[in-house]
Amino acid sequence: MSELDINDKVNEMLHKSEHNAAAAECFEKTFVRPEDEEREVIAPDGSIIKVNPIYDYFSGKKPTEEKPCGGVVEKFLNWARAESIWVLGFGTGCGSIEIPPLMTPRFDAFRFGVQMRPTPRQSNAFIISGYLSVKTLKRVIRSYEQMPSPKYILALGSCTINGGMYYDSYSTINRLDKYLPVDVYIAGCMPRPEALLAGFMKLKELIKAGKAEKANEYARNFDEYKANQKKIIKDWNMPDYNW
Amino acid sequence: MSIYAKLAYTLLGLFIVLNWGMLMSATFRKIVARVAGRHGIPFYQPWIDLIKNAGVRTTLSHGFMFYLGPVFRFTGAVGMFLFMPALFGSDMWSNFSFQGDLILLLYFQSFGMLGMAIGAGDGGHPHSTIGISRGLAQHAAIELPMILGVISLAIQYHTLSLNEIIAAQQGGFQHWTIFTNPIAGITLLLAALGAMGHSPFNLVKAPNEIPIGPPTEYHGTYLGVLMSSGAILHVIEAALFMNLLFGGATNWLEYIVKTFLIYFYSVFVGVVFPRFKIEQSVVWFFKIPLALGILAILIYSF
Repeated sequence: MSELDINDKVNEMLHKSEHNAAAAECFEKTFVRPEDEEREVIAPDGSIIKVNPIYDYFSGKKPTEEKPCGGVVEKFLNWARAESIWVLGFGTGCGSIEIPPLMTPRFDAFRFGVQMRPTPRQSNAFIISGYLSVKTLKRVIRSYEQMPSPKYILALGSCTINGGMYYDSYSTINRLDKYLPVDVYIAGCMPRPEALLAGFMKLKELIKAGKAEKANEYARNFDEYKANQKKIIKDWNMPDYNW
Repeated sequence: MSIYAKLAYTLLGLFIVLNWGMLMSATFRKIVARVAGRHGIPFYQPWIDLIKNAGVRTTLSHGFMFYLGPVFRFTGAVGMFLFMPALFGSDMWSNFSFQGDLILLLYFQSFGMLGMAIGAGDGGHPHSTIGISRGLAQHAAIELPMILGVISLAIQYHTLSLNEIIAAQQGGFQHWTIFTNPIAGITLLLAALGAMGHSPFNLVKAPNEIPIGPPTEYHGTYLGVLMSSGAILHVIEAALFMNLLFGGATNWLEYIVKTFLIYFYSVFVGVVFPRFKIEQSVVWFFKIPLALGILAILIYSF
Protein backbone atom coordinates (compact mmCIF):
# COMPACT_ATOMS: atom_id res chain seq x y z
CA MET A 1 0.00 0.00 0.00
CA SER A 2 1.52 3.30 -1.05
CA GLU A 3 1.83 6.26 1.25
CA LEU A 4 -0.92 8.11 -0.59
CA ASP A 5 -3.34 5.22 -0.14
CA ILE A 6 -2.61 5.15 3.58
CA ASN A 7 -3.13 8.87 3.71
CA ASP A 8 -6.49 8.42 2.02
CA LYS A 9 -7.52 5.64 4.38
CA VAL A 10 -6.57 7.66 7.44
CA ASN A 11 -8.40 10.64 6.07
CA GLU A 12 -11.47 8.55 5.43
CA MET A 13 -11.44 7.20 8.96
CA LEU A 14 -10.98 10.66 10.35
CA HIS A 15 -13.77 11.90 8.11
CA LYS A 16 -16.16 9.29 9.47
CA SER A 17 -15.36 9.84 13.11
CA GLU A 18 -15.54 13.60 12.66
CA HIS A 19 -18.92 13.36 11.03
CA ASN A 20 -20.39 11.29 13.83
CA ALA A 21 -19.35 13.70 16.51
CA ALA A 22 -19.66 16.87 14.54
CA ALA A 23 -23.18 17.86 13.55
CA ALA A 24 -24.63 18.04 17.04
CA GLU A 25 -21.88 20.04 18.73
CA CYS A 26 -20.51 22.36 16.11
CA PHE A 27 -23.61 24.37 15.44
CA GLU A 28 -23.78 25.62 19.01
CA LYS A 29 -20.10 26.36 19.54
CA THR A 30 -19.51 28.85 16.75
CA PHE A 31 -17.33 31.81 17.54
CA VAL A 32 -18.82 35.28 17.22
CA ARG A 33 -16.94 38.49 18.06
CA PRO A 34 -18.42 40.32 21.08
CA GLU A 35 -19.43 43.35 18.98
CA ASP A 36 -21.28 41.06 16.54
CA GLU A 37 -23.27 39.19 19.20
CA GLU A 38 -27.02 39.42 19.44
CA ARG A 39 -27.88 42.03 22.07
CA GLU A 40 -30.29 44.74 23.13
CA VAL A 41 -29.43 48.41 22.63
CA ILE A 42 -31.15 51.55 23.82
CA ALA A 43 -32.23 53.87 21.02
CA PRO A 44 -31.99 57.70 21.38
CA ASP A 45 -35.72 57.86 22.18
CA GLY A 46 -35.29 55.39 25.03
CA SER A 47 -36.84 52.37 23.34
CA ILE A 48 -35.04 49.03 23.47
CA ILE A 49 -34.10 47.47 20.17
CA LYS A 50 -32.79 43.96 19.56
CA VAL A 51 -29.84 43.86 17.17
CA ASN A 52 -28.11 40.88 15.62
CA PRO A 53 -25.36 42.38 13.45
CA ILE A 54 -24.61 39.19 11.54
CA TYR A 55 -28.17 38.19 10.69
CA ASP A 56 -29.44 41.76 10.25
CA TYR A 57 -27.36 42.07 7.09
CA PHE A 58 -27.23 38.50 5.83
CA SER A 59 -29.64 35.65 5.54
CA GLY A 60 -28.98 32.54 7.57
CA LYS A 61 -31.51 30.60 5.53
CA LYS A 62 -30.40 27.15 4.48
CA PRO A 63 -29.98 26.56 0.77
CA THR A 64 -32.57 24.38 -0.90
CA GLU A 65 -32.16 22.01 -3.80
CA GLU A 66 -33.02 23.62 -7.10
CA LYS A 67 -34.05 20.75 -9.32
CA PRO A 68 -33.23 20.88 -13.03
CA CYS A 69 -36.35 21.29 -15.14
CA GLY A 70 -35.39 18.32 -17.33
CA GLY A 71 -36.17 17.49 -20.92
CA VAL A 72 -35.07 19.34 -24.03
CA VAL A 73 -35.12 22.73 -22.29
CA GLU A 74 -32.62 21.56 -19.66
CA LYS A 75 -30.38 20.09 -22.39
CA PHE A 76 -30.45 23.39 -24.25
CA LEU A 77 -29.71 25.39 -21.08
CA ASN A 78 -26.93 22.96 -20.17
CA TRP A 79 -25.37 23.51 -23.58
CA ALA A 80 -25.48 27.28 -22.98
CA ARG A 81 -24.05 26.85 -19.47
CA ALA A 82 -21.21 24.74 -20.83
CA GLU A 83 -20.37 27.25 -23.54
CA SER A 84 -20.46 30.22 -21.19
CA ILE A 85 -18.44 29.50 -18.06
CA TRP A 86 -17.97 32.61 -15.97
CA VAL A 87 -15.13 32.18 -13.50
CA LEU A 88 -14.94 34.15 -10.29
CA GLY A 89 -11.77 36.23 -10.25
CA PHE A 90 -10.54 35.06 -6.88
CA GLY A 91 -7.04 33.62 -6.71
CA THR A 92 -7.04 31.49 -3.58
CA GLY A 93 -3.49 30.15 -3.64
CA CYS A 94 -0.24 29.97 -5.59
CA GLY A 95 -2.06 28.30 -8.50
CA SER A 96 -3.72 31.57 -9.44
CA ILE A 97 -0.45 32.45 -11.18
CA GLU A 98 -1.61 30.02 -13.89
CA ILE A 99 -4.75 32.06 -14.60
CA PRO A 100 -3.11 35.06 -16.38
CA PRO A 101 -1.41 32.84 -19.02
CA LEU A 102 -4.70 30.97 -19.37
CA MET A 103 -6.57 34.13 -20.36
CA THR A 104 -3.79 35.85 -22.37
CA PRO A 105 -2.57 35.21 -25.96
CA ARG A 106 -0.76 31.91 -25.49
CA PHE A 107 -3.69 29.84 -24.20
CA ASP A 108 -6.64 32.26 -24.58
CA ALA A 109 -9.46 30.47 -22.76
CA PHE A 110 -11.94 33.06 -24.12
CA ARG A 111 -12.05 30.87 -27.27
CA PHE A 112 -13.92 28.24 -25.27
CA GLY A 113 -16.43 30.56 -23.67
CA VAL A 114 -14.45 30.84 -20.41
CA GLN A 115 -14.57 34.40 -19.05
CA MET A 116 -13.63 36.02 -15.76
CA ARG A 117 -16.28 37.82 -13.72
CA PRO A 118 -15.45 40.16 -10.87
CA THR A 119 -18.41 39.36 -8.62
CA PRO A 120 -19.66 36.05 -7.21
CA ARG A 121 -23.26 36.99 -8.13
CA GLN A 122 -22.40 36.74 -11.81
CA SER A 123 -20.01 33.79 -11.74
CA ASN A 124 -20.82 30.12 -12.00
CA ALA A 125 -17.38 28.54 -11.71
CA PHE A 126 -14.86 28.79 -8.94
CA ILE A 127 -11.22 27.79 -9.43
CA ILE A 128 -9.68 26.79 -6.11
CA SER A 129 -6.14 27.46 -7.19
CA GLY A 130 -3.91 25.30 -5.09
CA TYR A 131 -3.37 25.25 -1.34
CA LEU A 132 -6.16 26.69 0.73
CA SER A 133 -5.35 28.21 4.10
CA VAL A 134 -8.07 28.14 6.73
CA LYS A 135 -8.30 31.92 6.58
CA THR A 136 -8.90 31.81 2.82
CA LEU A 137 -11.32 28.89 3.15
CA LYS A 138 -13.63 31.16 5.14
CA ARG A 139 -13.66 33.70 2.28
CA VAL A 140 -14.04 30.94 -0.29
CA ILE A 141 -17.11 29.59 1.52
CA ARG A 142 -18.66 33.06 1.67
CA SER A 143 -18.00 33.65 -2.02
CA TYR A 144 -19.18 30.19 -3.07
CA GLU A 145 -22.45 30.55 -1.20
CA GLN A 146 -23.14 33.90 -2.87
CA MET A 147 -22.86 32.39 -6.34
CA PRO A 148 -26.18 31.54 -7.96
CA SER A 149 -26.89 27.90 -8.77
CA PRO A 150 -25.89 26.02 -10.92
CA LYS A 151 -22.29 26.53 -9.84
CA TYR A 152 -19.15 24.48 -10.30
CA ILE A 153 -15.84 24.10 -8.49
CA LEU A 154 -12.58 23.22 -10.23
CA ALA A 155 -9.94 22.16 -7.75
CA LEU A 156 -6.48 22.93 -9.03
CA GLY A 157 -3.34 21.14 -7.95
CA SER A 158 -2.59 18.27 -5.58
CA CYS A 159 -3.02 20.52 -2.53
CA THR A 160 -6.78 20.37 -2.95
CA ILE A 161 -6.72 16.58 -3.20
CA ASN A 162 -4.57 15.54 -0.24
CA GLY A 163 -2.74 18.62 0.95
CA GLY A 164 0.14 18.18 -1.49
CA MET A 165 3.44 19.57 -0.22
CA TYR A 166 1.56 21.34 2.57
CA TYR A 167 0.00 18.10 3.89
CA ASP A 168 1.32 18.71 7.41
CA SER A 169 0.97 22.48 7.51
CA TYR A 170 -0.75 23.98 10.54
CA SER A 171 -2.69 26.49 8.47
CA THR A 172 -3.90 24.72 5.33
CA ILE A 173 -6.64 22.19 4.70
CA ASN A 174 -5.83 18.85 3.14
CA ARG A 175 -9.02 17.67 1.44
CA LEU A 176 -11.17 20.28 -0.20
CA ASP A 177 -14.19 18.03 -0.77
CA LYS A 178 -14.76 17.82 2.98
CA TYR A 179 -15.70 21.49 2.96
CA LEU A 180 -17.06 22.20 -0.51
CA PRO A 181 -18.32 19.94 -3.31
CA VAL A 182 -15.78 19.63 -6.15
CA ASP A 183 -16.79 19.00 -9.76
CA VAL A 184 -13.41 18.54 -11.42
CA TYR A 185 -9.95 17.91 -9.97
CA ILE A 186 -6.95 19.03 -11.99
CA ALA A 187 -3.95 17.21 -10.58
CA GLY A 188 -0.37 18.46 -10.65
CA CYS A 189 1.95 20.81 -8.82
CA MET A 190 1.40 23.18 -10.51
CA PRO A 191 -0.84 22.04 -13.36
CA ARG A 192 0.02 24.02 -16.50
CA PRO A 193 -2.62 26.05 -18.31
CA GLU A 194 -3.06 23.15 -20.78
CA ALA A 195 -4.15 20.99 -17.86
CA LEU A 196 -6.55 23.72 -16.76
CA LEU A 197 -8.00 23.86 -20.28
CA ALA A 198 -8.41 20.08 -20.19
CA GLY A 199 -10.20 20.53 -16.85
CA PHE A 200 -12.55 23.05 -18.42
CA MET A 201 -13.28 20.61 -21.27
CA LYS A 202 -14.07 17.90 -18.70
CA LEU A 203 -16.35 20.32 -16.86
CA LYS A 204 -18.11 21.12 -20.14
CA GLU A 205 -18.68 17.40 -20.75
CA LEU A 206 -20.13 17.01 -17.25
CA ILE A 207 -22.42 20.03 -17.65
CA LYS A 208 -23.67 18.88 -21.05
CA ALA A 209 -24.36 15.41 -19.63
CA GLY A 210 -26.33 17.00 -16.79
CA LYS A 211 -23.92 15.58 -14.19
CA ALA A 212 -22.58 18.87 -12.79
CA GLU A 213 -25.20 19.22 -10.05
CA LYS A 214 -22.86 19.70 -7.10
CA ALA A 215 -24.68 22.85 -5.94
CA ASN A 216 -27.66 20.62 -5.17
CA GLU A 217 -25.39 18.11 -3.45
CA TYR A 218 -24.12 20.94 -1.24
CA ALA A 219 -27.70 21.85 -0.35
CA ARG A 220 -28.58 18.21 0.30
CA ASN A 221 -25.62 17.57 2.60
CA PHE A 222 -25.55 21.09 3.98
CA ASP A 223 -25.38 20.10 7.66
CA GLU A 224 -22.44 17.80 7.10
CA TYR A 225 -20.48 20.38 5.09
CA LYS A 226 -21.25 23.09 7.67
CA ALA A 227 -20.12 20.88 10.55
CA ASN A 228 -16.82 20.18 8.76
CA GLN A 229 -16.31 23.86 7.99
CA LYS A 230 -17.00 24.92 11.57
CA LYS A 231 -14.64 22.30 12.86
CA ILE A 232 -11.70 23.93 11.13
CA ILE A 233 -12.66 27.62 11.04
CA LYS A 234 -12.19 28.82 14.59
CA ASP A 235 -13.15 32.49 14.18
CA TRP A 236 -16.46 31.72 12.47
CA ASN A 237 -18.13 35.10 13.05
CA MET A 238 -20.44 34.94 10.05
CA PRO A 239 -23.94 33.68 9.34
CA ASP A 240 -24.37 29.98 8.66
CA TYR A 241 -25.37 30.72 5.12
CA ASN A 242 -24.16 33.78 3.23
CA TRP A 243 -26.75 34.72 0.62
CA MET B 1 -50.34 52.63 -42.33
CA SER B 2 -52.38 51.22 -39.45
CA ILE B 3 -51.07 51.55 -35.92
CA TYR B 4 -50.72 47.76 -35.61
CA ALA B 5 -48.54 47.53 -38.70
CA LYS B 6 -46.49 50.43 -37.36
CA LEU B 7 -46.09 48.67 -34.01
CA ALA B 8 -45.07 45.44 -35.74
CA TYR B 9 -42.41 47.26 -37.79
CA THR B 10 -41.14 49.09 -34.71
CA LEU B 11 -40.77 45.83 -32.77
CA LEU B 12 -39.05 44.23 -35.75
CA GLY B 13 -36.71 47.21 -35.83
CA LEU B 14 -36.03 46.77 -32.12
CA PHE B 15 -35.21 43.11 -32.74
CA ILE B 16 -32.78 44.06 -35.52
CA VAL B 17 -31.15 46.72 -33.34
CA LEU B 18 -30.84 44.33 -30.37
CA ASN B 19 -29.10 41.68 -32.47
CA TRP B 20 -26.92 44.23 -34.23
CA GLY B 21 -25.94 45.62 -30.82
CA MET B 22 -24.97 42.14 -29.55
CA LEU B 23 -22.93 41.49 -32.68
CA MET B 24 -21.32 44.90 -32.31
CA SER B 25 -20.28 44.27 -28.69
CA ALA B 26 -18.89 40.86 -29.72
CA THR B 27 -16.96 42.55 -32.55
CA PHE B 28 -15.68 45.12 -30.06
CA ARG B 29 -14.35 42.38 -27.80
CA LYS B 30 -12.95 40.53 -30.80
CA ILE B 31 -11.06 43.66 -31.92
CA VAL B 32 -9.67 44.26 -28.41
CA ALA B 33 -8.59 40.59 -28.37
CA ARG B 34 -6.89 40.87 -31.77
CA VAL B 35 -5.10 44.03 -30.63
CA ALA B 36 -3.81 41.97 -27.68
CA GLY B 37 -2.82 39.10 -29.99
CA ARG B 38 -5.61 36.70 -28.95
CA HIS B 39 -8.34 34.96 -30.91
CA GLY B 40 -10.97 36.21 -28.51
CA ILE B 41 -14.55 35.05 -27.95
CA PRO B 42 -16.60 33.46 -30.72
CA PHE B 43 -18.83 36.09 -32.40
CA TYR B 44 -21.97 34.37 -31.04
CA GLN B 45 -20.80 34.49 -27.38
CA PRO B 46 -23.19 37.32 -26.27
CA TRP B 47 -26.23 35.26 -27.32
CA ILE B 48 -25.00 32.21 -25.40
CA ASP B 49 -24.31 34.40 -22.35
CA LEU B 50 -27.86 35.71 -22.60
CA ILE B 51 -29.34 32.19 -22.70
CA LYS B 52 -27.06 31.11 -19.85
CA ASN B 53 -28.22 34.06 -17.76
CA ALA B 54 -31.83 33.13 -18.43
CA GLY B 55 -31.02 29.61 -17.23
CA VAL B 56 -29.58 30.63 -13.85
CA ARG B 57 -31.73 28.92 -11.22
CA THR B 58 -31.13 31.06 -8.14
CA THR B 59 -32.80 34.45 -8.15
CA LEU B 60 -32.22 36.75 -5.22
CA SER B 61 -33.90 40.03 -4.56
CA HIS B 62 -32.88 42.99 -2.45
CA GLY B 63 -36.38 44.45 -2.44
CA PHE B 64 -38.75 46.21 -4.80
CA MET B 65 -36.34 48.95 -5.89
CA PHE B 66 -33.81 46.30 -6.90
CA TYR B 67 -36.20 45.11 -9.66
CA LEU B 68 -36.64 48.65 -10.96
CA GLY B 69 -32.97 49.08 -11.95
CA PRO B 70 -32.93 46.77 -15.00
CA VAL B 71 -36.53 47.69 -15.88
CA PHE B 72 -35.72 51.44 -15.99
CA ARG B 73 -32.51 50.79 -17.89
CA PHE B 74 -34.38 48.73 -20.48
CA THR B 75 -37.14 51.35 -20.68
CA GLY B 76 -34.51 54.04 -21.30
CA ALA B 77 -32.98 52.03 -24.15
CA VAL B 78 -36.29 51.03 -25.74
CA GLY B 79 -37.68 54.58 -25.26
CA MET B 80 -34.74 56.02 -27.17
CA PHE B 81 -35.35 53.56 -29.97
CA LEU B 82 -39.10 54.13 -30.12
CA PHE B 83 -38.96 57.91 -30.50
CA MET B 84 -36.06 58.10 -32.95
CA PRO B 85 -36.64 57.59 -36.68
CA ALA B 86 -34.70 54.44 -37.58
CA LEU B 87 -34.55 55.09 -41.32
CA PHE B 88 -35.13 58.52 -42.86
CA GLY B 89 -37.89 58.92 -45.45
CA SER B 90 -39.41 55.52 -44.71
CA ASP B 91 -42.94 55.36 -43.38
CA MET B 92 -42.38 51.82 -42.11
CA TRP B 93 -39.23 52.49 -40.12
CA SER B 94 -39.89 56.00 -38.82
CA ASN B 95 -40.97 54.49 -35.46
CA PHE B 96 -42.90 56.97 -33.29
CA SER B 97 -40.83 60.07 -33.99
CA PHE B 98 -42.66 63.39 -33.80
CA GLN B 99 -42.08 67.14 -33.60
CA GLY B 100 -39.69 67.93 -30.76
CA ASP B 101 -38.63 64.32 -30.25
CA LEU B 102 -35.05 65.42 -29.64
CA ILE B 103 -35.94 66.68 -26.14
CA LEU B 104 -37.57 63.35 -25.29
CA LEU B 105 -34.50 61.48 -26.57
CA LEU B 106 -32.18 63.52 -24.38
CA TYR B 107 -34.49 62.78 -21.46
CA PHE B 108 -34.48 59.04 -22.16
CA GLN B 109 -30.71 59.13 -22.31
CA SER B 110 -30.62 60.04 -18.60
CA PHE B 111 -33.56 57.86 -17.68
CA GLY B 112 -31.70 54.55 -17.67
CA MET B 113 -28.90 55.98 -15.57
CA LEU B 114 -31.37 57.31 -12.98
CA GLY B 115 -33.10 53.93 -12.93
CA MET B 116 -29.85 52.18 -12.21
CA ALA B 117 -29.29 54.61 -9.34
CA ILE B 118 -32.54 53.36 -7.79
CA GLY B 119 -31.78 49.68 -8.31
CA ALA B 120 -28.08 49.64 -7.54
CA GLY B 121 -28.59 51.69 -4.40
CA ASP B 122 -30.97 49.02 -3.15
CA GLY B 123 -28.44 46.29 -3.97
CA GLY B 124 -26.48 47.55 -0.98
CA HIS B 125 -23.03 46.82 -2.37
CA PRO B 126 -20.53 49.67 -1.82
CA HIS B 127 -19.11 49.27 -5.35
CA SER B 128 -22.58 49.84 -6.84
CA THR B 129 -22.96 53.07 -4.95
CA ILE B 130 -19.48 54.29 -5.91
CA GLY B 131 -20.20 53.43 -9.55
CA ILE B 132 -23.53 55.21 -9.53
CA SER B 133 -22.21 58.38 -7.91
CA ARG B 134 -19.41 58.48 -10.50
CA GLY B 135 -21.86 57.74 -13.29
CA LEU B 136 -24.19 60.58 -12.32
CA ALA B 137 -21.31 63.03 -11.84
CA GLN B 138 -19.87 62.18 -15.23
CA HIS B 139 -23.31 62.27 -16.84
CA ALA B 140 -23.86 65.80 -15.53
CA ALA B 141 -20.51 66.81 -17.03
CA ILE B 142 -21.32 65.20 -20.41
CA GLU B 143 -24.76 66.78 -20.49
CA LEU B 144 -23.37 70.32 -20.67
CA PRO B 145 -21.42 70.16 -23.97
CA MET B 146 -24.04 67.75 -25.33
CA ILE B 147 -26.94 70.13 -24.73
CA LEU B 148 -24.95 73.13 -26.00
CA GLY B 149 -24.18 71.21 -29.21
CA VAL B 150 -27.84 70.22 -29.63
CA ILE B 151 -29.02 73.80 -28.99
CA SER B 152 -26.55 75.01 -31.61
CA LEU B 153 -28.09 72.54 -34.07
CA ALA B 154 -31.59 73.65 -33.08
CA ILE B 155 -30.67 77.29 -33.77
CA GLN B 156 -29.04 76.32 -37.07
CA TYR B 157 -32.02 74.31 -38.35
CA HIS B 158 -34.81 76.15 -36.44
CA THR B 159 -36.27 72.90 -35.24
CA LEU B 160 -36.14 70.30 -32.45
CA SER B 161 -37.49 67.54 -34.66
CA LEU B 162 -34.91 64.90 -35.52
CA ASN B 163 -36.70 64.15 -38.79
CA GLU B 164 -36.33 67.75 -39.96
CA ILE B 165 -32.69 67.87 -38.87
CA ILE B 166 -32.02 64.74 -40.96
CA ALA B 167 -34.05 66.15 -43.88
CA ALA B 168 -31.90 69.30 -43.87
CA GLN B 169 -28.77 67.16 -44.25
CA GLN B 170 -29.88 65.25 -47.36
CA GLY B 171 -28.31 65.71 -50.78
CA GLY B 172 -24.71 64.64 -50.30
CA PHE B 173 -22.16 64.41 -47.54
CA GLN B 174 -21.26 68.10 -47.84
CA HIS B 175 -24.68 68.87 -46.29
CA TRP B 176 -24.01 66.83 -43.15
CA THR B 177 -23.99 68.87 -39.96
CA ILE B 178 -20.41 67.82 -39.23
CA PHE B 179 -19.42 69.89 -42.31
CA THR B 180 -22.02 72.67 -42.11
CA ASN B 181 -21.59 73.25 -38.37
CA PRO B 182 -18.21 71.71 -37.52
CA ILE B 183 -17.84 73.33 -34.09
CA ALA B 184 -21.12 71.90 -32.79
CA GLY B 185 -20.19 68.66 -34.54
CA ILE B 186 -16.87 68.36 -32.73
CA THR B 187 -18.54 69.29 -29.41
CA LEU B 188 -21.09 66.51 -29.87
CA LEU B 189 -18.46 63.99 -30.93
CA LEU B 190 -16.43 64.75 -27.80
CA ALA B 191 -19.57 64.39 -25.69
CA ALA B 192 -20.26 61.12 -27.57
CA LEU B 193 -17.03 59.66 -26.19
CA GLY B 194 -18.43 60.08 -22.69
CA ALA B 195 -21.94 58.96 -23.62
CA MET B 196 -20.65 55.68 -25.13
CA GLY B 197 -18.88 54.90 -21.85
CA HIS B 198 -15.69 53.37 -23.21
CA SER B 199 -12.23 54.07 -21.88
CA PRO B 200 -11.09 56.73 -20.94
CA PHE B 201 -14.61 57.41 -19.61
CA ASN B 202 -15.42 53.89 -18.38
CA LEU B 203 -15.05 54.68 -14.71
CA VAL B 204 -18.70 53.80 -14.02
CA LYS B 205 -18.11 50.09 -14.40
CA ALA B 206 -14.32 50.40 -14.03
CA PRO B 207 -13.35 46.75 -14.54
CA ASN B 208 -10.53 45.66 -12.21
CA GLU B 209 -11.16 48.62 -9.93
CA ILE B 210 -14.71 48.69 -8.57
CA PRO B 211 -15.84 45.40 -10.09
CA ILE B 212 -18.14 46.02 -11.83
CA GLY B 213 -19.89 49.10 -10.49
CA PRO B 214 -23.68 49.46 -10.56
CA PRO B 215 -24.55 45.90 -11.69
CA THR B 216 -22.41 44.21 -8.99
CA GLU B 217 -25.41 42.54 -7.35
CA TYR B 218 -27.34 41.78 -10.55
CA HIS B 219 -27.29 38.19 -11.74
CA GLY B 220 -29.24 35.79 -13.92
CA THR B 221 -32.24 37.29 -15.65
CA TYR B 222 -31.61 40.77 -14.21
CA LEU B 223 -28.17 40.75 -15.80
CA GLY B 224 -29.69 39.41 -19.03
CA VAL B 225 -32.03 42.42 -19.17
CA LEU B 226 -29.10 44.77 -18.44
CA MET B 227 -27.02 43.11 -21.16
CA SER B 228 -29.79 43.44 -23.75
CA SER B 229 -30.42 47.08 -22.86
CA GLY B 230 -26.66 47.66 -23.09
CA ALA B 231 -26.65 46.15 -26.59
CA ILE B 232 -29.58 48.35 -27.69
CA LEU B 233 -27.94 51.44 -26.17
CA HIS B 234 -24.66 50.82 -28.06
CA VAL B 235 -26.53 51.09 -31.36
CA ILE B 236 -29.02 53.76 -30.35
CA GLU B 237 -26.43 56.18 -28.96
CA ALA B 238 -24.44 55.80 -32.19
CA ALA B 239 -27.67 56.25 -34.19
CA LEU B 240 -28.45 59.49 -32.33
CA PHE B 241 -25.11 61.01 -33.34
CA MET B 242 -25.53 59.58 -36.83
CA ASN B 243 -28.87 61.40 -37.15
CA LEU B 244 -27.56 64.64 -35.67
CA LEU B 245 -24.24 64.87 -37.51
CA PHE B 246 -23.92 62.38 -40.35
CA GLY B 247 -27.13 62.73 -42.31
CA GLY B 248 -29.05 59.80 -40.85
CA ALA B 249 -29.63 56.60 -42.81
CA THR B 250 -32.02 55.78 -45.64
CA ASN B 251 -31.58 52.00 -45.59
CA TRP B 252 -30.53 49.35 -43.06
CA LEU B 253 -27.13 48.83 -44.67
CA GLU B 254 -26.30 52.52 -44.33
CA TYR B 255 -27.64 52.42 -40.74
CA ILE B 256 -25.41 49.48 -39.87
CA VAL B 257 -22.28 50.89 -41.51
CA LYS B 258 -22.67 54.36 -39.98
CA THR B 259 -23.50 53.17 -36.45
CA PHE B 260 -20.58 50.75 -36.67
CA LEU B 261 -18.14 53.52 -37.61
CA ILE B 262 -19.41 55.92 -34.93
CA TYR B 263 -19.33 53.20 -32.26
CA PHE B 264 -15.83 52.18 -33.24
CA TYR B 265 -14.61 55.73 -33.19
CA SER B 266 -15.23 55.60 -29.42
CA VAL B 267 -13.78 52.07 -29.19
CA PHE B 268 -10.54 53.04 -30.90
CA VAL B 269 -10.15 56.09 -28.68
CA GLY B 270 -10.69 53.69 -25.77
CA VAL B 271 -8.03 51.23 -26.96
CA VAL B 272 -5.47 54.06 -27.08
CA PHE B 273 -6.24 56.03 -23.90
CA PRO B 274 -6.28 54.62 -20.36
CA ARG B 275 -9.06 55.30 -17.88
CA PHE B 276 -9.55 58.74 -16.32
CA LYS B 277 -10.24 59.28 -12.66
CA ILE B 278 -13.61 60.89 -11.95
CA GLU B 279 -12.15 64.33 -11.22
CA GLN B 280 -10.07 64.20 -14.42
CA SER B 281 -13.05 63.08 -16.49
CA VAL B 282 -15.44 65.78 -15.21
CA VAL B 283 -12.82 68.52 -15.58
CA TRP B 284 -12.03 67.31 -19.11
CA PHE B 285 -15.63 67.94 -20.21
CA PHE B 286 -15.58 71.38 -18.62
CA LYS B 287 -12.54 72.44 -20.66
CA ILE B 288 -12.42 72.06 -24.46
CA PRO B 289 -15.87 70.49 -25.08
CA LEU B 290 -17.60 73.15 -22.97
CA ALA B 291 -15.65 76.00 -24.61
CA LEU B 292 -16.44 74.64 -28.07
CA GLY B 293 -20.11 74.26 -27.09
CA ILE B 294 -20.35 77.90 -26.02
CA LEU B 295 -18.55 78.96 -29.23
CA ALA B 296 -21.02 76.90 -31.29
CA ILE B 297 -23.91 78.81 -29.71
CA LEU B 298 -22.22 82.22 -30.02
CA ILE B 299 -21.58 81.75 -33.75
CA TYR B 300 -25.32 81.41 -34.38
CA SER B 301 -26.27 84.22 -32.01
CA PHE B 302 -24.73 86.96 -34.11
